[in-house]
Amino acid sequence: MTWEYAPAPESRAIANLKPSYRMFVDGEFVEGKGEPLKSVNPATEEVLAEVSTASQADVDHAVKVARRAYDKVWGRMPGTERAKYIFRIARMIAERARELAVLESLDNGKPIKESRDTDVPTAAAHFFYHAGWADKLGYAGLGPDPRPLGVAGQVIPWNFPLLMAAWKIAPALACGNTVVLKPAETTPLTALVLAEIIQQAELPPGVVNILPGAGDVGAQLVNHPGIDKVAFTGSTEVGKIIQGSLAGTGKKLTLELGGKAANVVFDDAPLDQAVEGIVNGIFFNQGHVCCAGSRLLVQESIAEELLDKLRKRVSTLRVGDPLDKNTDVGAINSRAQLDKIHELVAAGEQEGAHRWTSACPLPDKGFFFAPTVFADVTQSMRIAQEEIFGPVLSVLTFRTPDEAVAKANNTPYGLSAGVWTEKGSRILWMANRLRAGVVWANTFNRFDPTAPFGGYQESGFGREGGRTGLEAYLDV
Amino acid sequence: MSDRVTVSKTYKLYLGGAFPRSESGRTYPVADAHGRFLANAAQASRKDLREAVVAARAAFGKWSGATAYNRGQVLYRVAELLEGRREQFAAEVAAGEGVPGKRAQSLVDAAIDRWVWYAGWTDKLATVLGAANPVAGPYFSFSVPEPTGVVGVLAPQGSSLLGLVSVVAPVLAVGATAVVVASRDRPLPAVTLTEVLATSDVPGGVVNLLTGHTAELAPWLAAHADVNALDLTGADADQRVELEKAAAGTVKRVLRVPTSEPEWTDQPDIGRLRALVETKTVWHPMGI
Repeated sequence: MTWEYAPAPESRAIANLKPSYRMFVDGEFVEGKGEPLKSVNPATEEVLAEVSTASQADVDHAVKVARRAYDKVWGRMPGTERAKYIFRIARMIAERARELAVLESLDNGKPIKESRDTDVPTAAAHFFYHAGWADKLGYAGLGPDPRPLGVAGQVIPWNFPLLMAAWKIAPALACGNTVVLKPAETTPLTALVLAEIIQQAELPPGVVNILPGAGDVGAQLVNHPGIDKVAFTGSTEVGKIIQGSLAGTGKKLTLELGGKAANVVFDDAPLDQAVEGIVNGIFFNQGHVCCAGSRLLVQESIAEELLDKLRKRVSTLRVGDPLDKNTDVGAINSRAQLDKIHELVAAGEQEGAHRWTSACPLPDKGFFFAPTVFADVTQSMRIAQEEIFGPVLSVLTFRTPDEAVAKANNTPYGLSAGVWTEKGSRILWMANRLRAGVVWANTFNRFDPTAPFGGYQESGFGREGGRTGLEAYLDV
Repeated sequence: MSDRVTVSKTYKLYLGGAFPRSESGRTYPVADAHGRFLANAAQASRKDLREAVVAARAAFGKWSGATAYNRGQVLYRVAELLEGRREQFAAEVAAGEGVPGKRAQSLVDAAIDRWVWYAGWTDKLATVLGAANPVAGPYFSFSVPEPTGVVGVLAPQGSSLLGLVSVVAPVLAVGATAVVVASRDRPLPAVTLTEVLATSDVPGGVVNLLTGHTAELAPWLAAHADVNALDLTGADADQRVELEKAAAGTVKRVLRVPTSEPEWTDQPDIGRLRALVETKTVWHPMGI
């Protein structure tokens, strides 16, 4: 049976889109002296808004006001008072949730059902959770009175623009640091609405500063001598550059980098459930997820059956208008990212993997890529080694649990992994051996502010969330 | 009696549970604090270092997979053996560090006590650093600390036993394995420590010790792709930036250690243990 869906678009007007956005420094929205950028709707290739960017002088100024806010106000404010400001932010995000969700989908290209049900509520939850820590840091197991670090320079990616801002800002503020944050070049809008919320919450000027711009602004920020702490989420390539550039400075650094997660399916797994998990693991957010389950490791005896079910399920995914509530897979965030996906998919074909791509219709305009599954992938292929960051799944097989572990761990990354089996003891055995910071068993892509998230090896170091995550922003 | 000629020891490397000489055939003279010759020590090469990393990686699965209780007992056993060698260690520390016998003895005692302190941590760490995460959904989520992997340690240059124990014992306590470059000028207590380890129940390869020129070996250790974390306590001050840069090439965890040696007799906190573990979060749905 074929389901026909009538269009069910969310109204674009809800986003309160403005023709131009300015950077947020010292409690005010100000014009940056950098070359303004144009943020594009990746689903239509239309310019959404013009956004001012920071020059080196703007970075200097933002760091200076953040330092002053730290020294004079935020660093010495009692935790009970800090907490109330952060609670306010959490509440106001929830109040403006619908607006933020629509704006996020416009700017990023992700389906509205994801921005509405995941990005925005989880961002609010992150502030709410960390607000409560602000006056309880002595109970975090890091000493009786752990001190903040000072000014945090934070650089975030384009895949979860608001959520990543929340992951960075909330713990920093709870621990008593002030912040200069650079959102991604292609997705600066929701962070600037968050700035509006921060202004309305009457956070003291300079405590949070948001500077849009490209990689050069990020580099100026993390290398700024006035910064005490650097937090970066993005590619492993850039993470290595940042770690190298901070060598010898003594600045505290946390990195949340790339991944090539194995999603391991055993022959006793509940297959229909596993198929849903596999789909969620790789096609959630168009596969623009550092912890995406991009390598499916399936036990040989069920490989054919599982792949049949998987292709059938994937062909029902609806690709298209991110604002449509029925859309499963939205737009690829940028032309550059789309090019990269095309390049790696071509490499997969060239290296002899068997490509299957959903025959779903794609919109005429915008950056879209149909869900794709590669079978007969071997470990040395680029599509098994490199992060594609798109809706492309590589399928490999294994025979024994030991082989599954060996293949799953055969990568310099180590961010996440999945296990599908009905056998509890096997889940724990696998969870123990997978060298990854997060292991999802019979589920995938779950996030919560109380659950620490972060990588092993070249997926970075430091954790976000939970008691463990506080360490990143305290002088311990 | 007094005219008996003593049997003097050849100080060797400790790799994978064996005591080889350096494959390079090199040695260098070790002197006491007054410049008098004590012994020739092996001068490890890059190849020795790579062998050490291979041995440490090979030993990681078994050591990290041992129960915390077992690891605690094995480490405590090391302290028992150290106790039996108190006088030998005291003599070596006194000679190498040029401290009076009584002071040397108290440093050795502190080192043994430190080892016992860390041995007791193995089965508490998950309780102290782990968590059951109260996630907002029908899932059981828990987080546990796991050893980061192979740790490269440049041992302190000054404190040849207490300092060494203070940086090596936490590596073993968390279940990681170590490639240790001993103090360049005071390597003898470190070599003796490996003789203790070899006769304890610590599996071969869990600790691998290289003696030699720290500055020569450090860059290879810092850049090695199969080393997960790096302790630069004993690094030359003017080499540190270069080593940190090399470590960035494979996103190593570089421990935040002071640029000059701390007062090793001070009671440590769990900072080193924390720096040597990865937090792993596991999720599973709840339902019927």
